[in-house]
Amino acid sequence: MFTKMKLDNLKNEGVENVTMKERRDFLKMGLAITGIFAGGTILSAVSSMNKVFASSEEFASKYPYKPHYSMVIHQDRCIDCERCVEACAATNSVPHEAYRTRILEKDVPDAIGQKREFIPVLCNQCNLPQCTRVCPTKATYKNPKNGIVMMDIAKCIGCLTCQESCPYNARYFNEEKKAVDKCNFCFDTRLSKGEQLTGCAAACPAKCRIFGDLSDQGSDVYKTVHQIEKAVWVLRPEAGTKPNVFYTKG
Amino acid sequence: MANSINTTSISLNAIESMVIGRLKSGSKGYYLLLALFGMLAAVAAGLGVQAMIKGHEHFYNVTREMPWGILIITYVFFVVTSTGLCLVSSIGHVFGIQDFMPIAKRSVFLSIATILSGFFVIAFEIKIPWRMAIYNVISPNITSNIWWMGTLYGVYLMLMFAEFVFLNLNIHKPAVICGFSGSVAGIAAHSNLGAVFGLLMGREFWHGPFMPIYFITSAMMTGCSVIIVFHVLAAKVNNERMDAGMKRALEVTTKVGILLICIIAFFTTWKMVSGIAGEPGGKYEAVMALVNGPYAFNFWVLEVGMGMVLPLVLFTLSKGKNLSMMFVGAASMIVGIFVMRYDLVMVGQIVPVFHELGVNEYKHLLQYTPSLYEMLIAFGGVAMTMFLFLLGEKLFAGHKVEAHEGHH
Repeated sequence: MFTKMKLDNLKNEGVENVTMKERRDFLKMGLAITGIFAGGTILSAVSSMNKVFASSEEFASKYPYKPHYSMVIHQDRCIDCERCVEACAATNSVPHEAYRTRILEKDVPDAIGQKREFIPVLCNQCNLPQCTRVCPTKATYKNPKNGIVMMDIAKCIGCLTCQESCPYNARYFNEEKKAVDKCNFCFDTRLSKGEQLTGCAAACPAKCRIFGDLSDQGSDVYKTVHQIEKAVWVLRPEAGTKPNVFYTKG
Repeated sequence: MANSINTTSISLNAIESMVIGRLKSGSKGYYLLLALFGMLAAVAAGLGVQAMIKGHEHFYNVTREMPWGILIITYVFFVVTSTGLCLVSSIGHVFGIQDFMPIAKRSVFLSIATILSGFFVIAFEIKIPWRMAIYNVISPNITSNIWWMGTLYGVYLMLMFAEFVFLNLNIHKPAVICGFSGSVAGIAAHSNLGAVFGLLMGREFWHGPFMPIYFITSAMMTGCSVIIVFHVLAAKVNNERMDAGMKRALEVTTKVGILLICIIAFFTTWKMVSGIAGEPGGKYEAVMALVNGPYAFNFWVLEVGMGMVLPLVLFTLSKGKNLSMMFVGAASMIVGIFVMRYDLVMVGQIVPVFHELGVNEYKHLLQYTPSLYEMLIAFGGVAMTMFLFLLGEKLFAGHKVEAHEGHH
């Protein structure tokens, strides 16, 4: 029925005849389809969307929350000034020795050109959080309206299983509150009081942290996540928690 | 009415004088040990309360990255032991294998003692344990393995307690029902403890169905070793020679022990091989920490050597009859099993969650050394088991089972 393709008979056109444009397009296609692989942590826009949402066609209608709060981190814009960390601590009374967000440093000595980059990390407000599943008393839960992973500190028994379960090390035990504490996108301290941005996003001088509503097609976070020209990835996709914090460059 | 009150008071008096009589029957060494272990447990409780009031962070070496330390490990060890005692002893008095019958009462008693010791230790690891009592009931999360484990162990403790009472009253049928239900609750609770670790995605060393299965099997292995050690010790405490029935019971327990060591060795082999073949991310680093990294001594010498090889050799050579060999083998096995729990909990945490991201902060494996407070509280749990064991020997007159056996 099918004619067997005779590969042996095809003429080798030689790689020297492939134009730069063709090479670039081919690479781009590869990146978009398979995702850029960097230490098992990076996925391209297409694959990260597929990871985060059921399918690329459905995602617009599939955002379970309204607003569906999200953050896009433009990793290469971070200069490690730590104003975000300071603003977060001040806004949310984070004890001196603890943090809700921090900036990780990555040295790549044999890289060409720039040899260091900074990676801001915080709670990923996952769509399928493990912390809420493992909590015995529902002390941590997904807010049914906006999807933020919240704490009901009165119920926290301090077993720290949520801390073990978090693939992002986003939780710590706050001795002052006598409960586990974590980033809640400044919901109690800012968003619920009418502010549009989280403390860290507002404090960032480099526009590294873009905060917004992923269910709003006009928002910057939506526009960044829903394109395939620039790679967008999430940290630790293999943990399967479908995070709402995305990373990109440029 | 007056008559019945009179009868009750007489029987209470009788019980009181019997209990006092039994407690007074110990030797000087017995009271010395009882006081020593009692004091150690009390000191541990004091230190635990101090840490609880002033804040664990001042006294414990656990960190944000490694939140579970030696107290969780000791808790796991104790509930493993308790479940194992329950399961191995149920072979006799629940499933009717006569050879196991003589170890039933003491094993059930020890399963209660060890789970109480486990609860004792975990109470000082959990930051706000009293909230657990309230919110486990009024705000249960049924997707949480911790919730199931806590709840099922609560049920288990009650069933084991009831079983022990029925065994001592020689009421056979309810004892069997409680024993059977207790075994089911114990298996459910204990496999949930395995699932606490096994269902954590992103903790590669733990993740998968292995943990719940491994936990149950290693519980039975632990049960065998603890039964052998404590029955030999009990003969010393009560200054008695073991009768033929008890010797036979320990012989068959040793044989079950040999089988379980082999199963655990088999499980461990494949766990290690699967962590090395293909170098699976996150898991490989953890497994290599056991093979030739910071946990290699623990693994090869204590886990494999003391926990498996030495007891296997001694049990086999003893043919189930040489009590000294069996005692040394079982005691060595208990130490090895504690280290197994230590390595299991620690190695699951030493690979930082951002390790593969290649950031400077998390390039290396994490480290933890228990603080003095943590060690003393953990040892307080051991002291509590020893205290309860010694107390139980006198209070229940050596857990004799002749009367119980007479029913069959």
